[in-house]
Amino acid sequence: MSDNARSQNSLVAVRNLSFSRGSNKIFKDVSMDFERGKITAIMGPSGTGKTTLLKLIGGQLQPAQGTVMVDGKNVHRLRRGDLFELRKRIGMLFQSGALLTDMNVYDNVAFPLREHTHLPESMIRSLVLMKLQAVGLRGARDLMPNELSGGMARRVALARAIALDPMMIMYDEPFTGQDPISKGVLVHLIKSLNTFLGLTSIIVSHDVQETSAIADYIYVISDGKIIGEGSPADIQNSSSDWVQQFMVGSADGPVHFHYPAKDLQDDLMSAGKRY
Amino acid sequence: MLAFIQTLGKNTRASFTKLGRATFFLLHTITGIIDIMPRPRLLLNQLYSVGVLSFLIISISGLFVGMVLGLQGYYILSDFGAEETLGVMVAASLVRELGPVVSALLFAGRAGSALTAEIGLMKATEQLSGMEMMAVDPIKRIISPRFLAGFISMPLLAALFSAIGIIGGQIVGTGLLGVDDGAYWSQMQAKIDFQDDIINGVIKSLVFGFVSSWIALFEGYDAVPTSEGVSRATTRTVVNSAFSILGLDFVLTALMFGDD
Repeated sequence: MSDNARSQNSLVAVRNLSFSRGSNKIFKDVSMDFERGKITAIMGPSGTGKTTLLKLIGGQLQPAQGTVMVDGKNVHRLRRGDLFELRKRIGMLFQSGALLTDMNVYDNVAFPLREHTHLPESMIRSLVLMKLQAVGLRGARDLMPNELSGGMARRVALARAIALDPMMIMYDEPFTGQDPISKGVLVHLIKSLNTFLGLTSIIVSHDVQETSAIADYIYVISDGKIIGEGSPADIQNSSSDWVQQFMVGSADGPVHFHYPAKDLQDDLMSAGKRY
Repeated sequence: MLAFIQTLGKNTRASFTKLGRATFFLLHTITGIIDIMPRPRLLLNQLYSVGVLSFLIISISGLFVGMVLGLQGYYILSDFGAEETLGVMVAASLVRELGPVVSALLFAGRAGSALTAEIGLMKATEQLSGMEMMAVDPIKRIISPRFLAGFISMPLLAALFSAIGIIGGQIVGTGLLGVDDGAYWSQMQAKIDFQDDIINGVIKSLVFGFVSSWIALFEGYDAVPTSEGVSRATTRTVVNSAFSILGLDFVLTALMFGDD
């Protein structure tokens, strides 16, 4: 699909976004489109500000420059009340799951429903059980978060994220630290939720295989810039050395194995110094 | 020397910035109290964990403090043959000073540190961030009920501390040392003034409850979201609460009892 068509169909449009932390520039003039109904992935090494991007889209951080439009609304120009209204339509899955530790699984999934709706308890029960059924954890409703495995916690968080039937979900490193089975379950869940609920999904990840398997479009970012974008096939066949190094996972390449340092011989010969 | 001045300036600025953040936080928390009014269960849960769970340490400490006061008071007063006024001495020291101050210090150590650790860990595990993304204001939902619970619990705990302390003084004074039981209570009744002693003590503990809850919750909310950050914040809560309580106690005492 042409870039123009993608941007016309986008639910989230990021334009000329710049963001810094102190003197460290995290994003430099980045533009991206996240198409409706599609799974768009943002990939890149750790520490490139992938999570920061999600926080910028969710309005938790303010950009230095540029705009983030979600469903036609400029996130950073909204008043607090309107921003909260918008957030009710956005689900977010945090890396840790971010379940409330003083509530069991059932109450965690019921939490957004109880906070934002005035539904009777009987209806909340039906909704919660349906959402838990969707992630396969209806039987775990009475467990506390500390009794769940990492993968289960993420699935509960996913059930909570879809509790209010959002228009989109943002996934922050959904596969990190998961065993192969949990990864498989999550890949399947993200894909099927996206298809059956007609969601728009944004996945931030550095798990190349899992993400490429389900993403419709991928942005690869490094050093605050987009260094590659396209369908998973385009990215696999990218001519950029950098993208190739990232996709294959080579130890040396445009991203050096060695942290910048002075010449080894000079360093070894400078005896008497403490370091 | 220049470096020293630079550091001094930097630290001063950082302190004032933090004070500013803390003030905004407090205003946000107080306005949040109005929103949680229709949901008393949020407050009740916190009254239990902040107030009821502090009851044991407060009551045992109160008993021992009262017993020590009874013992020390008896030795001094009996020199002047005034051991009948033991009840007044015990009650006045407890109601005016030790009740509000010691129970506030214990409260900061027991409930304050727990609040800081709880909020700090919620921040570190992205629970607060998650709540924000679910369009729930974490200050209103999490902080306001805890703040109100601390403010309500503190004077009640201080009152219990004083009451149990007075009984402790009586156990030692009349039970063990032979002060007349009737004198213990009647002297106390005659000399302890409702306005001057009891109300002033309650005002003190309200102020201490306000300040130590504010410090505990803000330190948790402002903590660096790592395990080290949370442990430092917990330490700061106890240290800053203790300083504030003792400093404010001096100021309040000077204001309340300065005239007579």
